Amino acid sequence: MSYEIPRENIAAEPFMAGPPDFNRKSRLMQTDKVYECMITNIVELTDMEKLFHLKIMDPGESRLFTFRPGQFLMLELPGFGEIPISISGSSAIRERIGLCIRKAGKVTNMLHKARIGTKVGVRGPFGTHFPLERMVGHNILLIAGGLGLAPLRAPIYWVNEHRSEYADVAIMYGTKRPKDILFDYQFDMWGKIYNYDIHLIVEEPDENWKGRVGLITELFNEVDIDPHRTYAIVCGPPVMFKFVCNHLNQVGIPMDRMFVTLERRMHCGMGKCCRCMVGSTFTCVDGPVMDYWTVMNLKEAI
Amino acid sequence: MLYKTISKANFKVFINEVIAGNVTIAPKMTDKDSEGNPVYQFQQVYAFDEIALNYTKTYSSLKNFFLPFKESLSTFQFDKNEWKQKIEYSIHPRVIVGVRACDINGLLKLDNVLMKGKYPSPYYVARRTNTFLIGLDHEPMADCFCQSLNSDEALHGFDLFLTDIGDKYFMQINSSKAFNLFKNVQINDIETEDEEKYIAEKKRIASLFKTRVAITGLSNLMDIEFESDVWKKWGDKCLSCGTCAMVCPTCYCFTVTESIDVSLKFALKEKVLYSCNLVDFAEVAGGHNFRPEPATRLKYRFYHQHRGFVESYDEPKCVGCNRCGIACPAGINPIDVIHDLRMEDVK
Ligand SMILES: Cc1cc2nc3c(=O)[nH]c(=O)nc-3n(C[C@H](O)[C@H](O)[C@H](O)COP(=O)(O)OP(=O)(O)OC[C@H]3O[C@@H](n4cnc5c(N)ncnc54)[C@H](O)[C@@H]3O)c2cc1C
Ligand code: SF4
Ligand code: SF4
Ligand code: FES
Repeated sequence: MSYEIPRENIAAEPFMAGPPDFNRKSRLMQTDKVYECMITNIVELTDMEKLFHLKIMDPGESRLFTFRPGQFLMLELPGFGEIPISISGSSAIRERIGLCIRKAGKVTNMLHKARIGTKVGVRGPFGTHFPLERMVGHNILLIAGGLGLAPLRAPIYWVNEHRSEYADVAIMYGTKRPKDILFDYQFDMWGKIYNYDIHLIVEEPDENWKGRVGLITELFNEVDIDPHRTYAIVCGPPVMFKFVCNHLNQVGIPMDRMFVTLERRMHCGMGKCCRCMVGSTFTCVDGPVMDYWTVMNLKEAI
Repeated sequence: MLYKTISKANFKVFINEVIAGNVTIAPKMTDKDSEGNPVYQFQQVYAFDEIALNYTKTYSSLKNFFLPFKESLSTFQFDKNEWKQKIEYSIHPRVIVGVRACDINGLLKLDNVLMKGKYPSPYYVARRTNTFLIGLDHEPMADCFCQSLNSDEALHGFDLFLTDIGDKYFMQINSSKAFNLFKNVQINDIETEDEEKYIAEKKRIASLFKTRVAITGLSNLMDIEFESDVWKKWGDKCLSCGTCAMVCPTCYCFTVTESIDVSLKFALKEKVLYSCNLVDFAEVAGGHNFRPEPATRLKYRFYHQHRGFVESYDEPKCVGCNRCGIACPAGINPIDVIHDLRMEDVK
């Protein structure tokens, strides 16, 4: 006679069946299953950046997929790797997930070689989002530097889709050179149709550039800010958001009304690999969107 | 919890039956070190007599039975331009005998991270729920400081827990799985005498701790002393080898690697345990490293143990086994580092 310990087959648990839903807890045991996606369009934005449109192939999974502006995905390229990418597009459109990706290394280089029809995987959405509900009735400053415009596009669309709920909206965008400007074809639309106040600036102009020259903070000379009625969303590298937020703070906007996004190395998106930790918080779970007050008080953040 | 006693003779019969029916893992003497002291390791055993129930401390912890150094997350099968993802979980039941309270507490901390919360890890859950744990009380080593961290006693997280009370074991039965196994082995109700012996043995063990680490307020001290020179003092010694995290029962961070098979027919996505002391832990594309110096990385490891983890789970991540201290080639150990940090505070 011997004792055999019974087997617990977690793969047979009822919640393991059906598509993953990262927004709901019930199906989260399938944490590493990807949604299979097709690249449906590729837009060449600059030498370094391309916009990819993805479509979740399974209609059921596609229906489950919702995200909030500011959240990110883990994008899987089988055999090459998995990388975090902000969702850059409207949260109202389910059929098309927009991702604006810069060539930076192994996975992103491969992606830049991909063609329409290529199949990729995504997990998510993950992370915190911009609290746009809280901003209702206020002026909004949408400020980006360089690639920061990628995550900023989701709130740009959101605010337009709820345009009557918000007061004055301004976009301020700065890049190094004119040819680094992303989505240059959209600013007219955002200005004329969305009724946003658009301000662009570059650091190193070329002979065709007729706009402003300098650092992004110079744009503040052009905009009237009512500190009691204004929220700010600032996307860009830490040096940039630090300067911008400190300026806004001097103008009188409280630090918990400015939102920034943090970037760290990520390998899971679920608070497990610890690679994204900043002080005591996980960028993937407690971020990437954080208010500036929280960021200021975090060890290692800036 | 059900409290019973089992005679040592019956325990041996019981374990042999368990071994006959299951993969059974237990501490074994595998070697002798340069000074002739025995070296113990958790390994598969085939008979009760192979088990070293009086083992001292295993060099590496039990963690790796739940978080293997390398583990497949999924495979992708290619077919022309198509691919399909395949995920498998390890669901092979096994028994681990002779686990110490600190190691059980280590697993409980991993449970917090990997079984509970928003994103449970099915890979871990599969292994954990298929492992039958038999715990055993023991005398602390000279450098054990688990008592300071409240980890010298396991309250749950095991199936059976034994305390030696002479010719029998005082036994805590914590699962119906465990209870069912005793249908054919005689176990006895506890008598007053057993209870007295149990309490006396617990007291005796508790009195044997020689190393203490002051934990009170440490969490805040981590914040206050963030810029302390103590980090530089110890950080400059650190070789960034990552051994401390490998042997630690509660370190769980990892990296993910993907590779394509030479046949080009499938790709493998693997999770490999990592260490926050390794140089590229926080390096991102383009080469920017958020923690470039060994000191910032060493500090971060302590910060997570005693601040980050506390913020999430209301208890430190460290269980006080000093495995990291024993294994560190640079002689860095948590007892001295925390002591130094405390002295800073006094100044
Ligand atoms: C929340 C978040 C949102 C992001 N959004 C965008 C975006 O919209 N567009 C865009 O172009 N880039 C974005 N990034 C950066 C992008 O993730 C990195 O450029 C990318 O991981 C580089 O991968 P690689 O394999 O090409 O580079 P390699 O240098 O070959 O990197 C190897 C691995 O390291 C990890 N890694 C390296 N750099 C980063 C990094 N900066 N952040 C996280 N993990 C990293 C990844 O796992 C990657 O596979 C975002 C990063 C984060 C954290
Ligand atoms: S003493 Fe070291 S190895 Fe043991 S739990 Fe604490 S940090 Fe980990
Ligand atoms: S084992 Fe010692 S030397 Fe190696 S990374 Fe850890 S603290 Fe540094
Ligand atoms: S990305 Fe793994 S913990 Fe945040």
